[in-house]
Formats: sequence, C-alpha cells, structure tokens
Amino acid sequence: MGAAGIIFSNVHETALSELTRGRTMASVPFAGRYRLIDFALSNLVNSGVSTVGIITKRNYQSLMDHVGSGKDWDLSRKNGGLIIFPPFGQEANDSLYVSRLAGLKGIMSFLAKAKADQFILMDSNFACNIDLSKVVAFHEEKKADVTIVYKEGCVEKNMQHNMSLTVDDTGRITDASVMSVASKCLKYSTNIWVINKSLLYELVSGAIAVNQTSFERDLILANVHSLGMYGYLFDGSYFHFASMKEYFENNMKVLDPKVREELFKQKGRLIYTKVRDSAPTKYGQNAKVINSFIADGCIIEGRVENSILFRGVKVDKNTVVRNSILMQDTITGENVTLDHVITDKNVVIRDRNHLSGAKSHPFFISKGIMI
Amino acid sequence: MQKHFRFCKTSMYSKKKAIAMLLAGGQGSRLYALTNKIAKPGVSFGAKYRIIDFTLSNCINSNIDTVGVLTQYQPLFLNDYIGNGQPWDLDRLFGGVHILPPYQAKDKTDWYKGTANAIFQNIGFIENYNCDYVVILSGDHIYKMDYSDMIEYHISKKADCTIAVIEVPIKEASRFGIMNTDEHDRIVDFEEKPKKPKSNKASMGIYVFSTKMLFQYLRSDDEDPSSSNDFGKNIIPSMLKNGCVMIAYPFRGYWKDVGTLESLWEANMDLIGDNPVFDIMDSNWKISSRNFGDYPQFIGQNAEIKNSLITGGVEVEGTVINSLISSGVKIAKGAFVKDSVIFSDCEIMENAKVEYSIIDENVRVSENSVVGASKETAKNITLIGRGVFLMEDSKVEPGAIIEKDIIKGGC
Repeated sequence: MGAAGIIFSNVHETALSELTRGRTMASVPFAGRYRLIDFALSNLVNSGVSTVGIITKRNYQSLMDHVGSGKDWDLSRKNGGLIIFPPFGQEANDSLYVSRLAGLKGIMSFLAKAKADQFILMDSNFACNIDLSKVVAFHEEKKADVTIVYKEGCVEKNMQHNMSLTVDDTGRITDASVMSVASKCLKYSTNIWVINKSLLYELVSGAIAVNQTSFERDLILANVHSLGMYGYLFDGSYFHFASMKEYFENNMKVLDPKVREELFKQKGRLIYTKVRDSAPTKYGQNAKVINSFIADGCIIEGRVENSILFRGVKVDKNTVVRNSILMQDTITGENVTLDHVITDKNVVIRDRNHLSGAKSHPFFISKGIMI
Repeated sequence: MQKHFRFCKTSMYSKKKAIAMLLAGGQGSRLYALTNKIAKPGVSFGAKYRIIDFTLSNCINSNIDTVGVLTQYQPLFLNDYIGNGQPWDLDRLFGGVHILPPYQAKDKTDWYKGTANAIFQNIGFIENYNCDYVVILSGDHIYKMDYSDMIEYHISKKADCTIAVIEVPIKEASRFGIMNTDEHDRIVDFEEKPKKPKSNKASMGIYVFSTKMLFQYLRSDDEDPSSSNDFGKNIIPSMLKNGCVMIAYPFRGYWKDVGTLESLWEANMDLIGDNPVFDIMDSNWKISSRNFGDYPQFIGQNAEIKNSLITGGVEVEGTVINSLISSGVKIAKGAFVKDSVIFSDCEIMENAKVEYSIIDENVRVSENSVVGASKETAKNITLIGRGVFLMEDSKVEPGAIIEKDIIKGGC
C-alpha cells in the first residue's frame, strides 16, 4: 500500500522571523525558484507517495497559493493527493495549537483513514533531495515501529530543534536526547520520521488521553526503549534553516556544482515547484553575469556576481548586484549597488541606491518595500 | 448527406460560442532535419517554447477553451506534449484540448487529404459543442492575437467567413495568398501566390467561419472528386464565387510563418535585442509551455553572456552572444556560441565554436569543434540534427545540414 506523507508547515518559524512574518516556514523561498515545501513534496512524490497532508497553523495563505491543487507536484488526485489541513479548533478555548502533536490531534480521522502502511512525517525547515523509498524499505526490513532519518556530523548551537541520537550497529536507536548544547559532533535527527500507521494513531490517541503536548518528547523520546526505533543514515546534502545567516549561506551553497548535483540533478528525483510561465531570462547588451544562479523571467542589463536571482527580477543598467539574494519580482533601478542584501518579493530599489550588509548579517528588505 | 451523431451527455452542457481547430498535421519539410521525428508545431522555439505554444496560448488568452488539434505527421511528440492541456489551462470538464488524429470509420477510412478534409472529418467533434463560430488556425506561426476581437469583427460584419490578413512588403507579396478587398474590408478577390499581386494583404491562415456555412462548404467540397480539399485552394474560392460575405480582418502586430530555417532563425532573433520586435516578457499575454522541473540556470565564473535568452537547467561557463539557449544545455569553458539557436539538452564542449547555426536537441559538439561560420561570412544557416554526436575537432561547413554522427575526420 505504501506510505502517506504529513508535512508540518509552521515549525520553528521564529528562526527566520523576517521571512515568516507573512508566510509559513514551508513557503520560505529558496534557491532561485523554490519554496522549502517543494523539497518535502518532491521527495515524497519521487518516492511513490501520492497522499500528502499538510498541517497548517497560521499565515498559510502564501502556502495555499503556492501548492494550489497540488498539480505541479502531480498531487492533484482523485484518491489521496494533496490535502491541506487548516487549524482544527478542538481545544475548549479554540486557541491555535502550539506543537506538532497538537497538530496531529486535529487530523485523527486522516490518521485513521489514509490508505497507507506508514506515515512519513517531516518538518519544512530544511531542504534536501532524499530517496524516501529507501527509508521505507529499510523501515520494513527492520520491522521497525519508528524510523528516524539522521545525519552524522558536527553541528552548531542552532540545531537545537533536532534530537541527537545514539544508534547501534544494527541501526537501532538506543538513546536520544533533545539537543541543547553547543557545537559538537554527533548523530542528529533530520526531522524526517517514518511511523507505522496504526502505531501513530495509537500514540496520538494515547497522548490526547493524558494531555501530552510534545511530539518529540512525549511520542519519540519517551518510547525510545519501548518501541522498535531505528535510525536511517542520510549522507546527502541537508540544508537546515535556523537563522538568517544560515539562510544566506545555504542559498549561496547552490553555487557549488556538487551541491547542485545533489539537490537538482538526481535522475528521477527532480524538484518540482509552482509553474509560473515565466519567459526565459533575457541578458542585455551590457550584461555581465558571473557565478550566479538565475531563475527564468529575469531581465539583466547590469552586473551580477555570486548572487541568487528569483523569477522576474530586473537588474537595470550600470547596476551591480554582489553576494545577494533577490526574490521574485525584485526590481532594481539604474546605478544601484547591492552587496550582501536579501530582498523579499516585490521589492523596488530605485536609481542610485547603494545598500550593503555584512556576511554574517545580510541586509534584509521586507516584502513590497520601495527604497 | 452524412448525419453526425451528437453525444447525448455533453448536450446537457451549455453550448460554446466558438471553438478552435488547430491544423498541426503538416510535416514542415523545409525545416529539414528538425522535422524528421516531430511535426513542425512541435519544433522548439524561443529557448523554452514549442511553436504550437503560441497558438494554444492565444486560444486561452482569447477565452477559447475548446481546441481540436488535428495531427497526422509524426504525432507522437505532440500527443505527449499537449497531454491533457493542463499547461495551457485547457483541461476542462466540457471542452478543453483534444488531439484529433485521422480515424477509421464504418464506411470510409482516410488520411487527412487536405486542410479542409481534416476539418470535414471532424465535423462530429465541432457539432458536439454546438458552437456558432469555428476558428481555423495553423500551428506553425509565431504571433500574439486576440481571436475574440476577430470573432466580434466577424459578427459585426455579418460575415460568413473572416480571414485575418497582414500587410506585407509588396515585393514579398507573391509568396502569400493575397486578398483584394473593397473599402469595407470585403474580400472581392483572392489569389494564391500571385505573380503580380494587386494588394499586399496576405492571408495569415487564420479563418473564422460561421459554423453552418463552414459545414455546408465542407460537405459540398467533399462531394467534389476534383477538389484537393484545401481551404486556400478550394473552400475560400468557392465561397467567393458563390457570393458569400468574406471579410478581411486587418491584423497589426508581429506575425511570422516559421516554415524555413531562415525564418525560424529570424523569429528566434526577434525575441532579443534592446527593443525586441516580439515581446515575449509581456505579462498581459503570457505564453505557456509544458515544464519539466528545470532548476534555475547557473552562470559560471568565466561566462560571458550578451544579448541572449536563456532558460532553466542551463549551465554556462563559456561565451554566449546573440543566441537562444534551451533547457538543460551545457556550454563549457572556452566554448563560443554566437548568433545561434540551441535546443534542449545539447552539450557544447570546451573550446568548441558554434556560429550562425540551429542545433536540435541532444546534440554533443565535442571539444575544439567548429560548427558554421560567422554570420557575416556564412551564406546559410548550419543545422545539426537531433541527437547528433560531433567528435573532437570536427568541422562543420557553414550551411551544412548534419543528420549523422561525425566520428572521424571533418565533414
């Protein structure tokens, strides 16, 4: 029967508060033409998953606009397909839930009825290209109750949203803890979990009964020893977004051919996104572009270096854009210079402005601002 | 007279005012190797489009949501490309895009013998939508046109048939079907490729017919064994002869028949430049195409790009000047591409040089090869056919058409 997907769209948004002011973590733009959820959706679809539920909480208009009926990911289906779960007011005071677990409580009927053997649950604050069918095969081979996809490496303090794991030779997770310490080298969860369908339903029902609130603490950590919990090592590129600095660095990493290879050039594992019918990008007579990642629909008359340009960006004459990320429909006038700048959608920078930020603190300009 | 069956379920839907019939069955033999495997409307254009995208996008932008695409020559690609019509918003509950190949019938089985016969064989399809007007289009022109304006013109003139015309330079007029009109745009005379043209109003091959009149003439045309079943040669002249109201609809704007390598190349070049002759960035008249999950283009450290149109999945490390580059193309370090049109998934390897050429899909131009010569010195466009492999140091003479791999020596 295969697996069904569940994506948490509003996780850890404070990490990118500037970018999530008017959107979900899942709809944060990345790498020239994508939103973070494109990676989660594409990974699921490319692994044969055809039912995906997206749990939302707030600010999800941009997400709904982006995913639409799901057709751009081949998820517009008669059976299953893409299902958006708006907040479900089951609490007495009708307040919005605060955790993944509360989100799952709101979709109990989906957990019960989805035609699937397992659920693949994932956060939306990362980008990677992973063959999840291998994870599910591993899960089945180990007869696991829960499989957690993990990475091995040295992490910084800002990975505090991911658990650290102890995994034995057979792949069994023998211990886990919520990561709170600074920089160290370890095995850490990617926040992709595979859980058997009936088990997830039982765990969530049980948690409701005793008023538990945390998915990681009450469902995963509490059951490390009582359930068959396994770790699947993912050795590909994994981009985690825990700060604006990381957001900037992760975008710049796509300028590395190895990263592009891993993220975008896996046979049969393309990353899909909303189709906008942009025209091809037009380079003018005096354009000079080096080491940049550029989406369709741009018009470039000036100079662009080490930058990421989203769809529909205009760089006018005698303008220099360096080390910057210009999101959809950003328009720069003439004689502008930008260095270490991130512009959100629809920003207009008029003639003769010179803006720059620092590598560790890129200068961020909010959606729709005109300078 | 043959009586046509109307499908009862669809008759429960409201009727359509107008539907379009798009002739896409021609081979386009003057595009040589480009149409060996696919029909002309399927040929790549403008870095991310296919020729047929323009007509399909015109339909949806003109609020025509029902399009029959008549295929015959090499239909496989078009079937696949058009699919359910979703990229053009033509996947509809009632209507949408339909591929109409020739078919076997109980009493008669035939290929499409001519443009008129192709429509005649699909009268059943048209009847199904109970439409008042039928727009006949061909799938091999590059232009933006609001067909709904033309239909309104047709209605206001109480016409039986309206033909879109464009003014061409008089010295080129003998290449076209020329309409001679009176002061009210009524066509008084039609000449196919006249030696001494009397006007410069050239037919664009776009017709609006009142459905009843169309059916009447298609049926009588079918009964005439001497007819070549062609709109230009038979239907239009016989309607004129019988005094039908035939109106010329003047179109002012960009229009190009891309039937030859030269015109295909020119039409591509019309998209670039400071003030392109044809504006493809126009957000009020978007041209849609089928997408294949391409990631953004990567422009490398040593790249040099001037006056070009480049789309997703392309990686440029070399030089690109005055060129159009389709998805998935690699242009390696030291490679030089000028005045050329390169279709998807080609590789131009290190220090290869491509000038004044059209290169079809999946071609590999290996290291140090030279294809064509500068536009100033070459007489003709060089064409490399689909999937051709050119080994290192190959040399392709300007104007050559290469359909087979070059694995040793020059050409």
